Formats: sequence, structure tokens, C-alpha cells
Amino acid sequence: MKILVPVKRVVDYNVKVRPSSDGSNVDLTNVKMSINPFCEIAVEEAVRIKEAGNADEIIVLSIGPSKAQEQLRSSMALGADRAVLIETEEALEPLAVAKCIKAIVDKEQVDLIILGKQSIDGDNNQTGQMLAALCGYAQATFASELAVGEGSVRVTREIDGGLETLELKLPAVVTTDLRLNEPRYAALPNIMKAKKKPLEIIALAELGVDTAARTQLLSVAAPEERKAGVKVASVDELLDKLKNEAKVIS
Amino acid sequence: MSVLVIAEHDNAQLKAVTLNACAAAKAINDDVHLLVIGTNCGPVVEAASKIAGIQKVLLAEASYYEHQLAEELAPLIASLADQYTHVLAAATSNGKNVLPRAAALHDCQLISEIIKIVDEQTFCRPIYAGNVIATVKSLDSVKFLSIRPTAFDALAADGGSAVVESIGALDALSLSVFDSQTLAKSDRPDLSAADIVVSGGRGLQSSENFELLYTLADKLQAAVGASRAAVDAGFVANDLQVGQTGKVVAPELYIAIGISGAIQHLAGMKESKVIVAINKDEDAPIFQVSDYGLVADLFDVLPELSEKLS
Repeated sequence: MKILVPVKRVVDYNVKVRPSSDGSNVDLTNVKMSINPFCEIAVEEAVRIKEAGNADEIIVLSIGPSKAQEQLRSSMALGADRAVLIETEEALEPLAVAKCIKAIVDKEQVDLIILGKQSIDGDNNQTGQMLAALCGYAQATFASELAVGEGSVRVTREIDGGLETLELKLPAVVTTDLRLNEPRYAALPNIMKAKKKPLEIIALAELGVDTAARTQLLSVAAPEERKAGVKVASVDELLDKLKNEAKVIS
Repeated sequence: MSVLVIAEHDNAQLKAVTLNACAAAKAINDDVHLLVIGTNCGPVVEAASKIAGIQKVLLAEASYYEHQLAEELAPLIASLADQYTHVLAAATSNGKNVLPRAAALHDCQLISEIIKIVDEQTFCRPIYAGNVIATVKSLDSVKFLSIRPTAFDALAADGGSAVVESIGALDALSLSVFDSQTLAKSDRPDLSAADIVVSGGRGLQSSENFELLYTLADKLQAAVGASRAAVDAGFVANDLQVGQTGKVVAPELYIAIGISGAIQHLAGMKESKVIVAINKDEDAPIFQVSDYGLVADLFDVLPELSEKLS
């Protein structure tokens, strides 16, 4: 089985992002960038499937700037076999990204695509579902457990109120939730080896995919600040404030 | 032209978030149709037709619609989309699963988790874990939107008398098969809809200690939530997680106990009306968003609070 894992280069999850001074976009100058945490979980899951003898090859794919090669190299240090970068400096919308991924799915004839459930920058939670739609494949979003069978995968999903298990025909698309696994750290020898693994770069224009923007970002703003609160000294004072000042309990 | 809302239900009950999605739809256009896809969902259709201000309920029934599988629902939604200007669903795990698939089948770019409608093509939504609010204009012919339920006041559940129109089911694709479901049973109010939420974090130290939190929650008739740390440590089930990747809540009162206040947690609760933080670390970031903070050991405070509330 061949597994494709699309990964995204995003602002590190610990960075608190702010709008730029003119409010046209967020200010990303000199901020630390990392692989999106959900994508890291996706890479880890693919590596575990391969380690269990259920996959022959793992391809990682990123669509983004030249610097996304760093995230592809890290993914290969974790165990992916080769990488593809679709290079573009524009930020693409999920639909366009899904179309680009589909082009690679068609070319590489993969059996399983594992993506993160959402990227922590756009918070869209769409790409996996859109890719499954465009390919006509089954989908299992928000996976917390994945088991590979003969021509199928069994996936347990995190849903509102509990868990649900589905059986998907392969090829299929799975998106990862936080509890699917705990990603490993790359060992130094593996980081060195990853430098020699193949990384193919394709210019977005070469792909021949319609990536025209369907939305226009008009402005960004900081959310309304909450008024500074007060510290209370005791439980009695807290209850008094909640009853008589905030009037949220009776 | 009208606006289409996808009803969220489990064949027996219409979920309350549907009322919030309908309210968002009404803010765009007065002519709102509700689409119910399921099987043997009579009670859902009845509840749907009573929602105040809904013009029409479309009903598509087939056995393979029972478990709301995205592969079956999305083509039906996409096939109806051309008759509407907007297609909406609540941004629940179900809505997030189905709507992007339907949008892609219709070659449209969905706008996720909108919190405000500026005009019929312009919407506000939080990005970067809620640290930035983006105003986005849709250029698509049909606007697919998922709405954040806490950002829109629900329509009244009764007073309406919408006509019910049956529409045909599409053929089953059978790409995936439902196997099983385990739903957490709880007598407490639903987390996403509760007026008061009491949440615990790593500071609770064990699932046994969460009993202290449940006692307090029951005194307040509150729902119980948790931080990711508490879920990962196995103190509570994952469906209680509040945050960027869990549930987003906006109750009247949110009490964060033993929660430091990471960016990812704040994303799920900072729209609460009043926030109380109880933490023994006075530098915990949670105190920067709390209206009332109490620096104290939660193991002293929880029993005292519960006792003084009786």
C-alpha cells in the first residue's frame, strides 16, 4: 500500500499571532514556523502503518513556499520515504489545496491519504473532506484510531458526544484528531538520512490546476479585548461577586 | 432565492444547534428552508416544521442516511445547492464532516465557523485559535457557510408551521459502512448549550478528583468541560474538551479550575460572559481573561464552594 500525507508549514502553535498594523493580514515576519501539529500526527500514523508491515511507501506532500522543504525534511526524518513540494508563494484556499493534492493522488496512485483534521492557522477543517469529494473516495474525519484491513480501513472517529467507528473502502481519506497517536521525535541519524531522501519540486503552474481564489480577505482585526478582571481573596468574596455583581448565579 | 439549512439530528431528535443555524440563515434572507436527511425521522420533521419563521422543510429519507455518512449526504446537498444562494450548517462535528464535502462537489469554497454576517457575501470568522478575526468576502455563486452556534441566538423552537416537502433520495454510494457508536451518557446539561460550565484541567490530578468538580457542577446545574491536558491524561472523555480543537462554548458563566489557560483552550471559551479562574499559580495566563480570579488550592476551594452553594 502507498500512503500520501499532505503536511502544512504553519506558525508554531505557541506563537500568539497579531494582525499587521494596517489590518490587511496577520503579521508573520520573524515568527517561528513549524509543521502543523495535526499533520505531524498524520505522518506518525503513516509511519506506524509502514512499521506494522501494512505499507510499502510513504510520500509526504506540501503546497507552499520553498521553505516548506524544512517541514518535508522533518517528515522524512520521522520515516516518510520521499517528498513532493508544490511550490507557490500564494496562500491557497482549502478547495485549491484539495485540487492540488488530487493531482498528486492521480499521478502516484495512492491507496490511503492521511491529513490533519485542521491547520492551526486557518482553522478551516476542510481540505481532507474536499479531497475525498474530488476523488470520490470514502472519508473518515477526526480519527482517534485506525486499523488497516484487506482493501479497507477501520477508523474510530471523535464525534460530539462520543466515538463512532466506520469501515472505509480503499482508497480512502482519513483526517487525524489529537488522540490518534503521540508523534515521535526525530533522531539525529534520521535527520541526517532525511537529507538524502528524494524531494521533488513542482511549480504550481506546472500542475495545471485551477487555484483561483474564491474568497477575498477584506481585513483582519484583533478580537475585542476583555476588560481586566479582579482577583478575589476568598470563596465568600467570589460567591458574593457572582451573585450580586455579575448576577450569574442566584 | 432562499437559504438552505442542513438540520442536525439523530433521527429521533432535532439538535438545538439547528435553531442557531436557522437564526444565522434568517439574518441573510427571510426565506429559509430546512433540509432533513435521515431515516424514520418523523419527530425531527415535526420539530423542524415548528421552528418559528421557517418556510419549508425538505425531507429526504433512505435507510443509508441513518448515520449521516458524509459520502451519502454530501451529493444530495450539492444537488440542491443551485436552487439556493446560501447553504448553511452548524459547525458541529457532523457539520464539519459533511459540509466541506458538499461544497467541493459543488466546486465552492466553504467559509468555516462564521461568527458574524456583515452582508450576504461578507462574513467574519476567527482564525489562529481566535487570536485574529478575519472579514472574508465570498466570490462563489452559492455561499457555503458553517456557523459557530454560540455566535447566533437560537430561533424559537415553536410557533412556526412550515410545509413539509418530500424529496427523493439519491442512490447509495456505499463507500463507507457504519460499524458502531459509543455515546457518553450524562444527566448534566449539554456542554455546548449550558448556561454555566465548570471545567477542570491538569490541576485536578486524577479522574477521581473530577468527582469534586461534578459535585460543584450539579450544585450549579452546570455542564462539565475539560482542558486537553485533562482529556489526554484520561481524567475525562474527549467529548468534554473545550478549545480550538474541541468544543467552543460561550455560557453565561465559565469556571476554569486547575486550567493554566493555553491559547488553544482560550479559543474555546473566551466568549463566555463571565469567566472565573481558580488556580494556585497566580501567573497562570487564565487570569488575564478571567473576570474573577481566585489564587488558591482547588482542593480547598472546590469543597468549600460546593458546601456554600447548598
